[in-house]
Amino acid sequence: MKFIPEPLWTDWLIFALLAAALALVWVIRRQEHLLAPWRRVAQRPMAAGAALVLGTFVVIGLFDSLHYRERLPESPADRPQYSVEVLSVFDALVRDLRTQQEKTYSAPLAMQLYAKEFIERDNGTVRDYPRLRYGGAHLARADERLPDIAWRSLTGLTWGLVASLFLLGLLACWQSRRMHTSLGTWLGNWGGGRLDWPGRTVVFIVSLILVVSCVLVQLASGYHVFGTDKVGQDVLYISLKSIRTGLVIGTLTTLVTLPLAIGLGIAAGYFRGWVDDVIQYVYTVLNSIPGVLLIAAAVLIVQVYIESNPERFDTAAVRADIRLLALCLIMGVTSWTGLARLLRGESLKLRTLDYVEAARAFGVSHARIISRHILPNVFHLVLIAIVLDFSGLVLAEAVLSYVGVGVDPATYSWGNMINGARLELAREPVVWWQLGAAFAFMFALVLAANLFADGVRDAFDPRLEGRR
Amino acid sequence: MKPLLDVRGLVTDIGAVRVVDGVSFHVAAGETYALLGESGCGKSMTALSIMRLLPDGGRVTSGAVDLDGQDVLALPEREMRRVRGGRMAMIFQEPMLALNPVIRVGEQIIEAVALHQNLAGQAGRDAARDLLDAVGVPDAARRLDTYPFELSGGLRQRMMIAMALAGQPKLLIADEPTTALDVTIQAQVLEVLRRLRVERQMGMLLITHDLGVVAENADRVGVMYAGELLEEGTRESFFAAPQHPYSRMLFEALPRAGDGGRLTVIPGQVPKPDSELKGCRFAPRCPHAVVRCREESPDWQTVDGQRVRCHLAGQLPARLPREIVANAVSTQAMQPLLQVDGLKVYFPVRRGLLQRTVDQLRAVDGVSLDIQAGRTLALVGESGCGKTTVGKALLRLTEPTAGRIVLAGETITAKNAPVLRRRAQMVFQDPFSSLNPRMRVADILLEGMDALGVGAAHQRRDAVARLLGQVGLPDDAGGRYPHAFSGGQRQRIAIARVLAVSPRLVICDEPTSALDVSVQAQILNLLKDLQNELGLAYLFITHNLGVVEYLAHEVAVMYLGRIVEHGAVADVLHAPRHPYTQALVSAVPRIESHVGEGISRLAGDQPSPLNPPSGCHFNPRCPHAGELCRQTYPDRTDLANGHWVRCHWVAGRI
Amino acid sequence: MLAYILRRLLYAIPILIGVNLLTFTLFFVVNTPDDMARLQLGVKHVTPEAIGRWKAEHGYDKPLLLNAEAKGAAQFTDTIFFKHSAAMFAFEFGKGDDGRDIASEIHARMGPSLAIALPVFVIGLMVNITFALLMVFFRSTYLDIWGVVLCVVLMSISGLFYIIAGQYFIAKLWNLLPISGFAGGIDGLRFVLLPVLVSVVAGLGSGARWYRTIFLEEIGKDYVRTARAKGLSEIRVLFRHVLKNGMIPILTGAVVVLPLLFMGSLITESFFGIPGLGSYTIDAIQAQDFAVVRAMVFLGSFLYIVGLILTDISYSWVDPRVRLQ
Repeated sequence: MKFIPEPLWTDWLIFALLAAALALVWVIRRQEHLLAPWRRVAQRPMAAGAALVLGTFVVIGLFDSLHYRERLPESPADRPQYSVEVLSVFDALVRDLRTQQEKTYSAPLAMQLYAKEFIERDNGTVRDYPRLRYGGAHLARADERLPDIAWRSLTGLTWGLVASLFLLGLLACWQSRRMHTSLGTWLGNWGGGRLDWPGRTVVFIVSLILVVSCVLVQLASGYHVFGTDKVGQDVLYISLKSIRTGLVIGTLTTLVTLPLAIGLGIAAGYFRGWVDDVIQYVYTVLNSIPGVLLIAAAVLIVQVYIESNPERFDTAAVRADIRLLALCLIMGVTSWTGLARLLRGESLKLRTLDYVEAARAFGVSHARIISRHILPNVFHLVLIAIVLDFSGLVLAEAVLSYVGVGVDPATYSWGNMINGARLELAREPVVWWQLGAAFAFMFALVLAANLFADGVRDAFDPRLEGRR
Repeated sequence: MKPLLDVRGLVTDIGAVRVVDGVSFHVAAGETYALLGESGCGKSMTALSIMRLLPDGGRVTSGAVDLDGQDVLALPEREMRRVRGGRMAMIFQEPMLALNPVIRVGEQIIEAVALHQNLAGQAGRDAARDLLDAVGVPDAARRLDTYPFELSGGLRQRMMIAMALAGQPKLLIADEPTTALDVTIQAQVLEVLRRLRVERQMGMLLITHDLGVVAENADRVGVMYAGELLEEGTRESFFAAPQHPYSRMLFEALPRAGDGGRLTVIPGQVPKPDSELKGCRFAPRCPHAVVRCREESPDWQTVDGQRVRCHLAGQLPARLPREIVANAVSTQAMQPLLQVDGLKVYFPVRRGLLQRTVDQLRAVDGVSLDIQAGRTLALVGESGCGKTTVGKALLRLTEPTAGRIVLAGETITAKNAPVLRRRAQMVFQDPFSSLNPRMRVADILLEGMDALGVGAAHQRRDAVARLLGQVGLPDDAGGRYPHAFSGGQRQRIAIARVLAVSPRLVICDEPTSALDVSVQAQILNLLKDLQNELGLAYLFITHNLGVVEYLAHEVAVMYLGRIVEHGAVADVLHAPRHPYTQALVSAVPRIESHVGEGISRLAGDQPSPLNPPSGCHFNPRCPHAGELCRQTYPDRTDLANGHWVRCHWVAGRI
Repeated sequence: MLAYILRRLLYAIPILIGVNLLTFTLFFVVNTPDDMARLQLGVKHVTPEAIGRWKAEHGYDKPLLLNAEAKGAAQFTDTIFFKHSAAMFAFEFGKGDDGRDIASEIHARMGPSLAIALPVFVIGLMVNITFALLMVFFRSTYLDIWGVVLCVVLMSISGLFYIIAGQYFIAKLWNLLPISGFAGGIDGLRFVLLPVLVSVVAGLGSGARWYRTIFLEEIGKDYVRTARAKGLSEIRVLFRHVLKNGMIPILTGAVVVLPLLFMGSLITESFFGIPGLGSYTIDAIQAQDFAVVRAMVFLGSFLYIVGLILTDISYSWVDPRVRLQ
């Protein structure tokens, strides 16, 4: 064995979540009334496009969640020893990005370092910008750089377009066969927007993703597309690695809030009386404490715990992972109150409805009433809350990391990128690429999530019917 | 003479749905024109098109609307605003929702006065007060400063009328103005509208689904169905001989006094507005339809002075007498199935710093009744009288405060609730809220059987099929979800759910009041058949006296938490003794026109059960109230045949 | 009405006690004074003596709840709980790690916090409502659709970006305003402008979109149709009828944060160097100064509860249905 799998805690949870999501998809596909609102989501161009972008992020995140450790080359085969460095499948896929480390800052697509240094040249030492070890290393002269970049971009663009056209062709063949129409008719319908799903948007977004990735691949094979950071690491690599952190925070936190919010919210609304009083008291107390402070306090405690029990966390990756998980847990515990309050109100309303009364007239037990009558009828609220919270949590990570109570400083995250780079704005010339990349990636993810959330809310919320 | 309002070929779309399709009619000054139709037929949209108040996405596609010879559809919005509320005004169905909740009613009326009469300040206020006087609001000056939620339903609707009058309109459009009100209040409001129309020589477009309201108020009638006008004529000729099969069936589907026969049922449902329509729109439900009806849309023809759109107009067979099925009479011994003694349901009213109970809201205050097996007792009263609470307390859905309930010889306590739940069940008012939208019909029917352990588990699936057949639903209904069914079908599902546990008593809480007349007849017939087949006893809670006469054997009239009169249906409804019952009976608008008859109209509103009047609760509204009535609550006075009342006045006259 | 407010006030007491117990548990039971000392002194190579000394310096060398050695009432009063948690009810917060009195720090820093937070709140509310009303007025036109898209884009941008971009472009590149700092009096205006501008823009997206939903919900109601049936113009319907109803949820939602304005904003103050409570808190978190964090937790909860009570009062003030029932 060349490697040993090293699943982290969050990996387990992510794949558990994925399994749950797939199971849910399987259930929903078989129930027409559950499927109908998803159809409406899919019919909205914005939501469908956003879902594709989100999907791309998720795929990257999933590849980045398969962790392993490599066997040290010199270790004997019968008693293998493994590297302490925990890598992921994603790292293996972008090996060059990870290993091609420069000395320090360099601008996007540059072939020289950001700062002047004394370098040995044919006759003596001069102070100049040294060439990068990897970025543009294949170029002989500086004036070859721009044509090379243009050429690479063009190649990427072509490849992307070719791939898109190929996919469109496949899609057209498959669809026209399925619908028993000629290829031309289908393409005409597609181009005229006469399909029952937003075909043009989907094809456009897929092409966009393909073109962008092809261009990036082409450029990244010769340059640092987003430059390098202080220790010379490729910023594109860091930004891509941060995707997983953002996704983990956005999803696992909600996973923590759900049982609390659903259980307590419905219990309060359904049972009323003292149960309601107690639950309301608990969430008013939690709500009244400023969120950041509560998170800060809890994170400090976790930090103390990790530092005083170093033997339980053998690698830096595990330590960082535990801190990430703890952060999700803490944010979850502090943020369930909003959804709980919403569900309480809805349960209060539902419990007076005639179908609940009818069930009570049959002597149906509380547990059954809740599971068959209340829960299915508040589920759309839960779903809307999940998708709406996601983007807020991704944004919150950056702020918390800035405050110093976010993820571990060793974890790749957009918050850490911003935190590490913001002081560099004072430099002359400005080191902007790190911030720019972090904000751009975060913006893409959050915008996609928000647009998707909008679509989901419009499709699921009966009150918004007919309104945008 | 030119008509006041002339609508020609009006076509209105909302989105891609055609809600009004080529409607033409006219209204003369001083005349009431009634647009009659079931829900979803496009009558409200016709009115909103005339006012140009269509909801977002709605537009008038073609047609003309002339008011006083001026085409209002062609007016620029600026000038239309002067017409709206000025020359024509509109009142709406739900006065609680139609008034702005956070602005005093006075200000809302003055706003309209200021806009159309240019009266500001004190002059505006005086004008508003005069308007309130005109619509019969007592204590007008003070009422100007109240908020809508402080007023009763009847007063709110009067405020709406006053607001509509502010611009001194020539045309008043009233969209179901009394549907949300109780009958006694409805009578008051309709009276006001009639008087104002005469005084001000207004034209009135009255939109309603209630044949009785039409009969008492309209001069001419137009019947709408699925976006089209089907028939038009004067009230007299329309009520004497409706020409369109649909109009005829509407009459026959209406439960009426003194007939025990089966109701005529219009099969099927009102077509959905977005469905493809070809030929006569009523053809799919029409028993007389021929091939031509399905192919070709009929044109207007005139038969006996009535205009009607039917290929077979004038050729229809004469109306058949109803099939008489006597109400089943229980053959069992007169041992009652249900005995209720002194049932009280009080809700605590909490106030103050520590939320202590300072008072009781006496929703039900000592109700005693009994029902024999296989018979129907109707519990009648206006909203808020506590009749629904009685039903819920009997099933312990609301915990009773006091009283004894004996069901089939067993006293019901909190402990033996399962016994109760197998023997007594409930059908709810609104079939849209009484079925869980996320459960399949079969699961809905199984729920009760599972919870109560009815039958062996493997037999329950078979039972579902049997139940569906029993209530007249197709076999495959079990696998579908409630949203696939119409209101009437849903109510059938709700009835099947109840039958699943084979109860002996079914409490029906206004089971047809959310349904259209044609569908109501289907449900009433079904209930009657089930009673005959299964020997069910019904406690039928309703405010609709027509339904009572059709279905019930006995009737109990409730007022403010107590039964004030009780007896056989014929006795109570045809010879009511209690002044309240008398007023209730006479307030119901009837098809057999009796305009001008001496009617006892009730003044004022039902008081709050939180603070009932001393003595007889009815005394503030009673025309016969004396000193005794103000001091003590009357005892039961027995008349013949188990007919009794609680009234000092009646007691004194025996 | 008075009884109602009194009841809400009484209800606040158990909540404050709950907050107090929760913070006590977090800061002294889960995370013991020993841990705090170790964190402060560096985890490795800490001698028990050093820990003991640190605890004594900060007054953490007492038992948590019950002092068995003391006599009488001092058994309860001479404890960490009484000195450090219960004392907060009297607004006695003790001293921070830097030796300064926390209460007087709070007193001094409230002003600068308010100087930023209050204008942000007022201007933000007005801008958001205006923007929302505009979108509602032009509803179902392209103006509205693109307005919503703009809102979604604005709210998808990290708050940090607004600050950094604002500082970089407005202050550094174009030199229009100072990059950070604070001064009292009228002189302070130029320091306040940029943070206020940035915060208002940062909040515009979500705020305007939320208010738009509220107004749209109102505009679908029957009373709006009645108002139009009277012949009122669309502007009047919007400003008199819809705004008045829509302001109920908006105002009551805004009132709850009103007292919290004293706390300032952590990020804005820290970036712009405003000597307010927000930057005080953030410094305390970064320096792991538990005494200050505890004090801020208590203060924040207290202000939140005040906000809840104000919400109830404002509800009954703007909504006659609540006032008169």
